[in-house]
Amino acid sequence: MNIVVCVKHVPDTEVPIRIRADGRGIEESGLNFVLNFYDEHGVEEALRIKERLGGTVTLVTAGPARAVEALRTGLAMGADAAIHIQDPALASLDQIGTARVLAAAIKAGPCDLVLCGKLSTDDNAAVVGPAVAEFLGLAQATAVTKLELGDGKATAHREVEGAVEVLEVGLPAVITVERGINEPRYPSLPGIMRAKRTAITARTLADLGIAAPPPAHVELLGMTPPPKRQAGRRLEGEPAAVVHELVRALHEEAKLL
Amino acid sequence: MEFTLSEEHRLVQSTVREWATTRLLPRAAEMDRRGAYPGELVRELGEMGLMGVFIPEEYGGGGMDTLSYCIVLEEIARAEAALAAVLSVNNSLDCFPIFAFGTDAQKRTHLTELARGRKLGCYCLTEPTAGSDAASLRTTARRDGGHWVLNGTKIFVTNGVEADVLIIYARTGGEGPRGISAFIAERGDPGLGVGKIEHKLGIHASSTCEIVLQDCRLPADRLLGEEGNGFSVAMATLDGGRIGIAAQALGIARAALEDAVAYAKERRQFGRAIAEFQATQWKIADMATRIQAGRLLMYRAAWIRDQGRRHTLEASIAKLFASETAMWAATQAVQIFGGYGYIQDYPVERHFRDAKITEIYEGTSEVQRLVIARSVLGALDRAVEPVRAEGASVARAAGPEGRRRSRADGAGGQA
Amino acid sequence: MSPASDVWVIAEHAGGRPRKITYELLGLATTLAGPMKVHAVVAGGGVAAMAGDLGAHGARVVHVAESPLLEPYTTDAHAQVVGALLAEAAPGLVLVGSTAAGRDLAPRLAARLDAGIITDCASVAIEEERVVATRPAMTRKAIARTAFGEGIRIAVVLPNIYPPAAAASDGSVEVRTVPVNLDPGSIRTRIVEVSAIKRETVPLTEADIIVSGGRGLRAPENFALLDTLAGVLGAAVGSSRPPVDSGWVPHDYEIGQTGKTVNPQLYIACGISGAPQHLAGMSGSRCIVAINKDPQAPIFGIATYGVVGDIFEILPLLTDEVRKLKGAGPEGGGPAGGA
Repeated sequence: MNIVVCVKHVPDTEVPIRIRADGRGIEESGLNFVLNFYDEHGVEEALRIKERLGGTVTLVTAGPARAVEALRTGLAMGADAAIHIQDPALASLDQIGTARVLAAAIKAGPCDLVLCGKLSTDDNAAVVGPAVAEFLGLAQATAVTKLELGDGKATAHREVEGAVEVLEVGLPAVITVERGINEPRYPSLPGIMRAKRTAITARTLADLGIAAPPPAHVELLGMTPPPKRQAGRRLEGEPAAVVHELVRALHEEAKLL
Repeated sequence: MEFTLSEEHRLVQSTVREWATTRLLPRAAEMDRRGAYPGELVRELGEMGLMGVFIPEEYGGGGMDTLSYCIVLEEIARAEAALAAVLSVNNSLDCFPIFAFGTDAQKRTHLTELARGRKLGCYCLTEPTAGSDAASLRTTARRDGGHWVLNGTKIFVTNGVEADVLIIYARTGGEGPRGISAFIAERGDPGLGVGKIEHKLGIHASSTCEIVLQDCRLPADRLLGEEGNGFSVAMATLDGGRIGIAAQALGIARAALEDAVAYAKERRQFGRAIAEFQATQWKIADMATRIQAGRLLMYRAAWIRDQGRRHTLEASIAKLFASETAMWAATQAVQIFGGYGYIQDYPVERHFRDAKITEIYEGTSEVQRLVIARSVLGALDRAVEPVRAEGASVARAAGPEGRRRSRADGAGGQA
Repeated sequence: MSPASDVWVIAEHAGGRPRKITYELLGLATTLAGPMKVHAVVAGGGVAAMAGDLGAHGARVVHVAESPLLEPYTTDAHAQVVGALLAEAAPGLVLVGSTAAGRDLAPRLAARLDAGIITDCASVAIEEERVVATRPAMTRKAIARTAFGEGIRIAVVLPNIYPPAAAASDGSVEVRTVPVNLDPGSIRTRIVEVSAIKRETVPLTEADIIVSGGRGLRAPENFALLDTLAGVLGAAVGSSRPPVDSGWVPHDYEIGQTGKTVNPQLYIACGISGAPQHLAGMSGSRCIVAINKDPQAPIFGIATYGVVGDIFEILPLLTDEVRKLKGAGPEGGGPAGGA
């Protein structure tokens, strides 16, 4: 089983961000970048499949020089190989363009299964996975919370509104994974040393046969911090009186009950 | 001169930080309250190679260097200091001497399981009458056919209650450091028992107890290093151990700082966040400054050790400065929290209690100053040799070549 | 977008009726279309009957793709049928709901049609002849304003933001039948089973009222207190991350950066301190009630009503008080600790 996992290097979600003065992005200096945690679940799932069925796990990312760290994290977890697509033209791509580039890199090697995180925690778009599936001409299952492989097909559980849907899909296919599908392992120290020794394959758009970068269909106009909410009223005192006042306020002032 | 961590060191740092934040930090208060040994977490650390950070992979370790070890310990201690003590004893005081001084058979039998975290180690040096003056220890070991028979009582043994592998120092010859030998004992060896279990000020989730040896019979192959060379083993072990305590101390100091910063931004008095008051700002600034200085001292000591060079002085300096920084920073943090700093609902009183041990174990601050002063002043007193013992290098696994020390280099306190 | 463009809505449905999000999209489409037409696409089995309802809620043209192969939803079947329809009509703007199916289908369509796509739209508007959407980004630490270029534009809109279109009895709906020529072999996924998540009365993302619990609940069995209150309120139950990480509740409960984003009318946070990670998922709620014993808890900084107190004391009282209000009165055998 040859498994490819698409990964992205994103700002650590635990730390605050600063929006650039021109609003067209965030200040990257001083920001800690990590392997997108949905992708971490993807790497973990790939490793578990490999441990059960044998095969290889190859990581692929399209991103700037720093993105190599996301690959190293995945390698330290236990992935076998990594492809780093690095090209100045990447900066101008939208998610559909990025998917096109990733698909081109995946097409170049053997692949029975593509795993992606459900979304990346910077763009929050959830577009790349299904778009990669389209460009590869493969079936897809998105936001999967449980995956079983066997007999040339996969059984995937996905959460839909108020229900769990179980679907079967023939392989090869693209699966995007949801948090909860597994508990990703922490890299071990020997794993980190192995990751350091693993050669990472570098690719440019030209290497992938993409002469001109696909034009972007959407443009980021600006970013602003979310509107601040103001604290409202504090209800203090004897519990029964407080609760009575709360219910009265919700009923009469907010008209919600 | 390069002041940035390499890619793999950064990866070690982010990995352990994430583990400590998710797995350890949420349990820290409860571990402190209940004083329960976190066996499950130790197993996880073992799987990650963290119970034998600088032990080669072939012996089940992480195959990394002292700098990695410092990074690991600082991150663990930032979340919870007792687990850092458990980890540090296993790495520095058990894995290291067996790796550096043990025979191949001893490494295969004892080291691999320790480094994988499947067995836990402890270190038995201190005795009721031999603390800082470790060379005056009284536990005896005498030959009896193919065995050694040990008698005596060891105190302040960290991990002693849970330990499977014990490094024990005992007198095989005459008075003084040259009459001491090191031994490897195992839980279940005849005549080996756990004595009084101590109730400590801090690091509650690590056990501390007496180890009682009553005609404890060990096979001849449990001698670690050469007969009469035990004090050198102990001292070489402690050089590395002290760098680890520096890392633990800096982790606690960082916890104090980070908790104080968060609180100072949140807590409002006189209509403003208390972080806006200069009285708070100066405390925060001094905490940050001392922590950075301590970290540089620690990194340098680790770097010298990784070069295979003598680092007794640097280890002492780093340990002294870092542990006093931890105590000082924790005191500032309690002050910033005010009344809330004194109650157990907030974490800083735990940092305050945990910090204190770093000024005591693996050589008190007084012992560190003695080591440093001797090195700086040179041989004032001809009767006592200056400090010149080379620490055993991790890289080249220094053997037990004859190193002699003044007794007052002392191990000290709890190990 | 040139003003002379029709606006299309992909009508999602369940149980033979359009979902709430579909009405929300029709309302938005009507605003955006101005004098131009609102189209709805409804694809599935037995969907033709919905055309009138869609028309009554603002669709001027309803494209009906009727086939058993389109029911239940599969990516392959819907991407082929809806993709072909959109490729031919090349509408300037397509609105899709940010639902499990919408998020599955829309990016696939965008890749197939080489269209622009913006997901998680919290607003869609026409500004200076461009279609501009705002959306949360950076795990909701920022609001991004993003503009579409030319060509087909697909906006995937968050539920519970726009009010549902009111039924108008204009009646002039034009129904167009979409030819469906699906090869069953081209549908590479097969739905084996759909099992309702029993606890959920209303999906979290669609709920008007959410009762949510955090670390302060201390143990999994205490979520029963929330279930009881939610039952009385007709609310859905959610949680912050710690209960999920501790295994007290399944991961689909989670609201926040790493879980769901919700925008209910009323959000009752019980024993939730208000870490940024959680606030990111719920601060769009219209009214927030916070119950926490720690007066310093950051959740109070955004709460409309902040109750400083012990949830184990407050929740049973609150349940009883709401029951009284709703006229049922406290039941025998209800939660202990009442007033």
